[in-house]
Amino acid sequence: MRQRHVISVLVEDHPRVLTRITSMFARRGFNIDSLAVGRTHIPGVSRISFVVEGDDRTIEQVEKQLNRLIEVLKVVDHEGPRLERELALVKVRVEGIEERIELKEIAEAFRAHIVDVARHALTFEVTGHPAKIDRFLEELSNYGVLETMRTGAVAMDRGERVIKLRARREAV
Amino acid sequence: MTGAEVLLEALVREGVEVIFGHPGGAIMPVYDALYHRRELRHILTRHEQGAGHAATAYARASGRVGVALATSGPGALNLTTALADAMMDATPLVAITGQVPTTAVGTDAFQEADVTGVTMPITKHNYLVSDVNDLPRIVKEAFHIARTGRPGPVLIDLPKDVQNDTFTGSFPETIDLPGYRPTYKGHPRQIERALAALRAAERPILMVGGGAQHAAQPIRRFVERTGIPVIATLQGLGVVAADDPRFLGMPGMHGTVAANRAIHEADLILGIGLRFDDRVTGDVARFAPNLKTLIHVNIEPADIGKVIEAQIPVVGDAAWVAERLAEGAEPLALDAWWRRIRAWQEENPLPFPEDGELRSQAVIKAFGEATGGEAVVVTGVGQHQMFAAQFYPVKRPRSFLTSGGLGTMGFGLPAAIGAQVARPGETVLLFDGDGSFQMTLQELATVAKYRLPIKIVLLNNGFLGMVRQWQDLFYEDRYSEVFLADSNPDFVKLAEAYGIPAFRVERREELEDAVQRALAEEGPVLAEFRVKAEEGVFPMIPAGGSTEDMITEPPEEARS
Repeated sequence: MRQRHVISVLVEDHPRVLTRITSMFARRGFNIDSLAVGRTHIPGVSRISFVVEGDDRTIEQVEKQLNRLIEVLKVVDHEGPRLERELALVKVRVEGIEERIELKEIAEAFRAHIVDVARHALTFEVTGHPAKIDRFLEELSNYGVLETMRTGAVAMDRGERVIKLRARREAV
Repeated sequence: MTGAEVLLEALVREGVEVIFGHPGGAIMPVYDALYHRRELRHILTRHEQGAGHAATAYARASGRVGVALATSGPGALNLTTALADAMMDATPLVAITGQVPTTAVGTDAFQEADVTGVTMPITKHNYLVSDVNDLPRIVKEAFHIARTGRPGPVLIDLPKDVQNDTFTGSFPETIDLPGYRPTYKGHPRQIERALAALRAAERPILMVGGGAQHAAQPIRRFVERTGIPVIATLQGLGVVAADDPRFLGMPGMHGTVAANRAIHEADLILGIGLRFDDRVTGDVARFAPNLKTLIHVNIEPADIGKVIEAQIPVVGDAAWVAERLAEGAEPLALDAWWRRIRAWQEENPLPFPEDGELRSQAVIKAFGEATGGEAVVVTGVGQHQMFAAQFYPVKRPRSFLTSGGLGTMGFGLPAAIGAQVARPGETVLLFDGDGSFQMTLQELATVAKYRLPIKIVLLNNGFLGMVRQWQDLFYEDRYSEVFLADSNPDFVKLAEAYGIPAFRVERREELEDAVQRALAEEGPVLAEFRVKAEEGVFPMIPAGGSTEDMITEPPEEARS
């Protein structure tokens, strides 16, 4: 059964490590719905989160193929309760005062903030589950959306579960 | 010490004795340092692809890591086919390529190519060295990655300025690769489950692949103990001796009827060191339809469950796991199973037409008999390759070197060079086709230069035979661009032009004498056999087919 999975990958922060991963996804025909990457509190370690869709077998291959990469330190599929957040910036055209008021109401409903105001444009910042952002954008589609930028989802398990790295340094 | 000297010192520390390579502008500091390091033997090939395949065959024939050296841009790109080949067939290789100076990287400099970018999907890992003090660590990691886990090629791209830089660092004793820790020891619980499943099976078979070449001893003990029927993939030939009564031959597209029927009927498959590629399985949905238990032993977790679901996955080293299986196994009661297999074998010997014509099968068989199956056999890619797999009775592990996964035409001659360098005292037989041979024949110069006593058996049918066979079967005899005979060179004169003795054989009656003549030659020799052109490799399961679709002998018209 095809399901949406959010996978976190801890990687060594080396040049081209992201290319290695995306190139592997492309070569093996895995589709990435979204991708976000950033540094972690551990020096030299970055964290990437992927949203991928696939059946169990595909997801198992995604994880195994990721693990094959030398610079991949840890792969975790967030299957249990998880926090999932995405940020989006949306620029919308505004004509009259009425539109301005309507847009403000929509923003409030989604807890979006107006982060930039111009004579004929408003820019919103919204964070939340990607599905919420989808709905926000859907609402805005009745207006003149000029530009959107989404970061891709980042995720973390709820509660006390954490992704642990094994101790470094191994004599060979 | 300069970077170039550090590189060579690091190679010596890894136990490297031979490098296959070709110099050029961006790797000249390394070649200059090599000039003073006589303990590193350098084999100069005439094309970087040749260096790559030679290093591959050296690695597979010796069990060591092969090393190839090339310059930047075109030199490095010429290596790529060999890298992809080594990646597919899990061969430990370290390729070192020159790169334009770090200051010029990214400027489209002369002979610049993004070699780490290009080789990313065809290497196990690769490095672009930016600091000379990282070099010893990188070399140590590269060899470690190449030879452990599922072996594979690792490329080190070394900019020219780094080769010249002064080294102020140290050579590390340890390796720190937190993201790379292959599992060697199979889980004891899984091995217990495997042994229990084997005891309970009625129709078990053992399938071995290239990943079992280093595990021949324990596997042979396991087979001896259990009496289990054994099937070897193209890369697994020699793990069990071809004359072992329990050996059924090769599976898949050009496998034996007995091997494919046995897979079809098997209720248990113990697969060691193979990955069930499409040439083995055909249509996956119809592969082994009676299978209840697949015990899949592989050191690469991603290769387990990728194609065929494994009920008992065993992640671990083939030799380690086979050792435990051999210790724990008991004789299996397989009389009824063997009776069925023997019947398939008796009813379906490999087709071997003896009608007085000179055929590839007969040539290979004659060399097999004359060498007792003890030669190191190397092949190109095509019909001759499949005939060699079917008819050369490979007795020993690491002694059948062929391009399986990638199917690289032109693999043969340079691979024979690597094999002969790895095993200097042994008979190296190269079976090659006229199409495959012409893709890398410039390496005749390398054979001549080092007087490598390779016996080149050229099976000349004047066609791209395998493509022609598919045109026969699936494209209504439309022979599109497969005819070579009108423009093939005189191969005897060609070899002689390189100073390599050569002779031509055109009639079946001359075969036995010709085999003796070739084998009696002290140095290299090329024996050209003008074999029957209208010939097909059978049995054949068409691509995407199953055992039920097997064509066991040539269609009527193709036989004439």
